[in-house]
Amino acid sequence: MKRNTYKSLPDNSGHFGKYGGRFVAETLVPLILEVEKAYKSFKKNKNFNKEFHNYLKNYVGRPSPLYLAENLTKKLNGPKIYFKRDELNHTGAHKINNTLGQILLAKNMGKKRIIAETGAGQHGVATATVCALFNLPCTIYMGEVDYQRQLPNVFRMKLLGAKIEKVKSGSKTLKDAMNEALRDWVTNVKNTFYIIGSVAGPHPYPEMVRDFQSVIGYEAKEQIKKAEGRLPDVLIACVGGGSNAMGLFYPFLNDKNVKMIGVEAAGEGLNKKHAASIAKGKLGVLHGSKTYILQNTDGQITEPHSISAGLDYPGIGPEHAWLKDNKRVEYVSVTDKEALEAFKYCTKIEGIIPALEPSHALAYLIKKARKMPKNKVVIMNMCGRGDKDIFTVAKKLKINI
Amino acid sequence: MHHQDLLNKKFEELKKAGKCGFISFITAGDPDFKTSYEILEKLPNSGVDIIELGMPFSDPMADGPVIQKANDRALKNKMNLKKTLDLVKKFRKKNKVTPLILMGYYNPIHMFGVKKFINQIKKIGVNGVIVVDLPPEEDNELCIPIINNKIHFIKLATPTTNKDRFKKIIKNSSGFIYYVSITGITGANYKSNTKLETEIKNLKKLTKLPIAVGFGIKSRKDVNKLSKNADAVVVGSSIIKRVEDAQKKKYNKRKLVNYVLSYIKNLSFSLK
Ligand SMILES: Cc1ncc(COP(=O)(O)O)c(C=O)c1O
Repeated sequence: MKRNTYKSLPDNSGHFGKYGGRFVAETLVPLILEVEKAYKSFKKNKNFNKEFHNYLKNYVGRPSPLYLAENLTKKLNGPKIYFKRDELNHTGAHKINNTLGQILLAKNMGKKRIIAETGAGQHGVATATVCALFNLPCTIYMGEVDYQRQLPNVFRMKLLGAKIEKVKSGSKTLKDAMNEALRDWVTNVKNTFYIIGSVAGPHPYPEMVRDFQSVIGYEAKEQIKKAEGRLPDVLIACVGGGSNAMGLFYPFLNDKNVKMIGVEAAGEGLNKKHAASIAKGKLGVLHGSKTYILQNTDGQITEPHSISAGLDYPGIGPEHAWLKDNKRVEYVSVTDKEALEAFKYCTKIEGIIPALEPSHALAYLIKKARKMPKNKVVIMNMCGRGDKDIFTVAKKLKINI
Repeated sequence: MHHQDLLNKKFEELKKAGKCGFISFITAGDPDFKTSYEILEKLPNSGVDIIELGMPFSDPMADGPVIQKANDRALKNKMNLKKTLDLVKKFRKKNKVTPLILMGYYNPIHMFGVKKFINQIKKIGVNGVIVVDLPPEEDNELCIPIINNKIHFIKLATPTTNKDRFKKIIKNSSGFIYYVSITGITGANYKSNTKLETEIKNLKKLTKLPIAVGFGIKSRKDVNKLSKNADAVVVGSSIIKRVEDAQKKKYNKRKLVNYVLSYIKNLSFSLK
């Protein structure tokens, strides 16, 4: 079915078609309804928007540049490749766009304490950063496995004054960190605001996080019009929970000639351990929303795997599930190995060390670009820098640093 | 007789006798199918009025460490929803009078298939269902189909529930209201307080449904105190903790079962 708009969802009950919703324990419902109400009025409030954009500009350093990756373009001999450089943001990834928005909301609601989950540690760092800025105490939940592979970010969070809770249950990664954050929230429901780091969780989070991240796409649209005098042909972004991808895609959803590609983590391969929820997941309910989830035939959540901690999640934001069904966005996947190659390649020829997450998008772009005509224009979301990943990469390459 | 009637009848009996009911929660398949069947089978003789049986899930978001571990033990021993229903079937062959309620999270049911789930629980005699992550906002998923099949769908109310919210909750509720005594996860520390008593009294003004109180109840003292206002008390984590402790002490199956049941009796008989 062709639609007039892809931008009218979620509906009032927080659904994107059959996806999304509010699948949480009763204790939390009054609170998420309160968050929803506060966000609705916040969204329309001029002062809030002014404050938000002021911080984005002067604290985060937005707008992030749209950079024509000349060397890569030449080497691949295909389309013109632009990087949307959100890796240059303060704290090194797109995550801070969202944490700034949410903490302003939390402050407005009079909340006195912040909690968050983190995988790669980028969302944890971005949360700890805004908590330092606004002087609110915060507790970050992080799986023990992620803690080990993202030590630089652990240290940064500690310096920023965050309390870090190592999560030892389940697979000890992002999903378990989210379980634990939800348990904290149920317990401290009155004074605490939960800053969710992706377009996941119960309504209104998928909508709210998308809106805060949409600054990426709105900027890119202006910038590409200036640079090329037209809209791009293709947008590419990596997909963990899906926030950087939604942020880039959303403003272009109704521009029907713009093709969009979301790149999932295929880990060791789609028939082995991976984190490709759209490719291999089944419809289910986890962490407050109905979406595609990696699970076994008994409905038990299975342990995802990706070299990139930020993509190591068994679910996918509900809006992506809907965009997939409506064929508005194409979803593909890339293995650990391919991502690692792209990581090295980009570092050498562009002088940009990408995070392992966008290295997935880059790997697919490199494959695809070779088959694309030269007159096409592609924007890839360089959503994070790779400083945090150097230890993981060194280990993988068997190098001692 | 409809499946709903067994539970209704139980609450009527309790009321007539002026008693507070005792509801025990155990996880199906904890630590394994056989042992949990032996515990289950003996619950009615251990002073348990209503049985809550947990359906294991890998990611029990509203549960504390004790029940998380029970889920892990069961799943490690290959427990699943089908076997949970087998467990109930086996129990119902011998016991047709004790109300039994399944409690858990939505995803395993969704995967199993809502229709198939309802058909089967109807056939084997499950009297009610509690699903932690299905608030009234998602009634269309499972609650309404279940009620249409004359099985109870029991909802939770919590200290964060105000009057308007409670009215919304009771709209598609039946059986009883499960009042969560604390804002928190299962197994957290329950503190008896007068506020809780007032809350229960206030809820009773708004509904004729019985009110069962649970979460964090651990001692005879807790149970007795609550029995003055609640129609039933629910005890879970502290029972399941006995399974964990018995395993740590390397008890054999028979000893583990007795260890768990003697604890249940100690609590339940204080209400009789
Ligand atoms: C740099 C970077 N990119 C991507 C992700 C994945 O999240 P999302 O799909 O929500 O953008 C993360 C998550 O931690 C990240 O740090």
